[in-house]
Amino acid sequence: MDMTTHIPARDARVALTRGQRRRTIDRLARALALLATLVALAFLTSILLTLFYLGIPGLGLHVFTEVTKSPEAHGGLANAIVGSVAQTGLGTLIGTPIGLLAGTYLAEYSGRSALGQVVRFVSDILLSAPSILIGLFIYQILVAPTGGFSGFAGALALAILVIPIVVRTTEDMLRLIPISMREASIALGAPRWKTIVFICYRAALDGLLTGVLLAVARVAGETAPLLFTSLGNSGFSGLGSAMASMPVTIYQYAASAFDDWVQLAWTGALLVTMGVLAINITARLLVRRRQ
Amino acid sequence: MPLVRARKVRASLPAGPPEMEQTLDQPRLRPVDATAAQARLSIRNLDFFYGTNQALKSIALDLPDKQVTGMIGPSGCGKSTLLRVLNRMYDLYPNQRATGEVLMDGENILSPDVDLNALRSRIGMVFQKPTPFPMTIFDNIAFGVKLHERLSRQEMSARVEWSLTRAALWTEVRDRLHSPAAGLSGGQQQRLCIARTIATRPEIILLDEPTSALDPISTLKIEELIDELKRDFTIAIVTHNMQQAARCADQVAFFYLGELVEVGDAGDIFTAPKQRRTQEYVTGRFG
Repeated sequence: MDMTTHIPARDARVALTRGQRRRTIDRLARALALLATLVALAFLTSILLTLFYLGIPGLGLHVFTEVTKSPEAHGGLANAIVGSVAQTGLGTLIGTPIGLLAGTYLAEYSGRSALGQVVRFVSDILLSAPSILIGLFIYQILVAPTGGFSGFAGALALAILVIPIVVRTTEDMLRLIPISMREASIALGAPRWKTIVFICYRAALDGLLTGVLLAVARVAGETAPLLFTSLGNSGFSGLGSAMASMPVTIYQYAASAFDDWVQLAWTGALLVTMGVLAINITARLLVRRRQ
Repeated sequence: MPLVRARKVRASLPAGPPEMEQTLDQPRLRPVDATAAQARLSIRNLDFFYGTNQALKSIALDLPDKQVTGMIGPSGCGKSTLLRVLNRMYDLYPNQRATGEVLMDGENILSPDVDLNALRSRIGMVFQKPTPFPMTIFDNIAFGVKLHERLSRQEMSARVEWSLTRAALWTEVRDRLHSPAAGLSGGQQQRLCIARTIATRPEIILLDEPTSALDPISTLKIEELIDELKRDFTIAIVTHNMQQAARCADQVAFFYLGELVEVGDAGDIFTAPKQRRTQEYVTGRFG
């Protein structure tokens, strides 16, 4: 058969019914997607509204100026806020360089090596490990041997949670940098490490920062790893001794029998949520600027 | 056609700062050289492999000093591969391997103990797609210079101005040296990449299809630039565009299936090729 002159005929009615079927499926899929989104949003809004409704009445300057006190003594959350900021900050400071370097190794140096595969696999497991296990781990290697809970142990537990998040985002962000950018730098006579530090990191800066912020947001609300490590404290304390934190204080207060403690727990939950939300929004804005 | 115009452009180009022109003539960059067409780089018996797949077969080719060598041939013929051998770019990839000799000042640059960073400062490369670094125009140029030299602030400014002038970009960017290079047009970005390369004062510049991602006006500018640059640099250019090879190159090498089929004066290759395959390619019968 001569393929160039004989064009197969096209049945208009078949095309029409197929088109109608496609549109029906499209409408159905779109409706389902919309429904799923609404369900997810409904839960989120309900949580936020509850937090506002029950948290705002307890808000006041005393929350930020007073330390946690015994019931009916008009205590605040100052020590818990400071403790959370200190432990989250130190944990991020410890975890970020390790995660950054490991992620750099995976993206730039490991290639298809067995070591790279193992590191990536272990990091992914760590990413989904129950955080209470991390708390128990630090308890076993640090708290039990030295005989004392400490803010430092809490920070270390959070650092272990930070590492795999930063590893994953660092690797992903560095892999987005085109090979041509690296080759252009190397063609100028730049050694590999200068290419990575001055060209790749720079090109991926927003993404790397986003990864760190997401890690901070994730660990700022962690309770379980702190229960066995920094324990909690009713007053201000240094990193060397047991230290208060927002999640642990909320955990203890919310389950208490005292109305003003329960109220502080709600207010604390609102503050943590707002803090995490602010960090997440910052991260999103950074990513948007990048695109 | 453009040769005449290019000469005019050259005459009207602003000269760099005099002290820069002088440093260019320092012995490191200008070895005593009696015959003008002496080979700057000699490729001998070069084989190249991607894994077990041989991409170049016993290549022998000289790059004459301060001349433009055009490399032409259909896709996959090995011309870009050859360019990536000359600055050891293939070293980045563990399964790529070259055997044979590439001699520069009597030294085999394929030898394992060559200092690759120093080699790449002597043999610069500009790629197909413009690759501005995510920093300012000024820093794009300073980055490469700082790798090999320690300059004062004034010296660095002079170097940046000099290289941008030589790359015919100075007048367009002099007022925004400290804005991001990503804001330049594609053609400007490619000239920035050329400026970045010549700022490190290499002896040889490798151009890998430098205009294939550019519009005709930008292409013309780059071609004029190449003609201007060969006063000071030895140039090798890979191109798919035979008119471009005819316009830019003094010597043309035709590659086919990993072999160097024919090399000769640009005029001879395009008007009186000795090999049948060369003639079929340059007349557009295949490729």
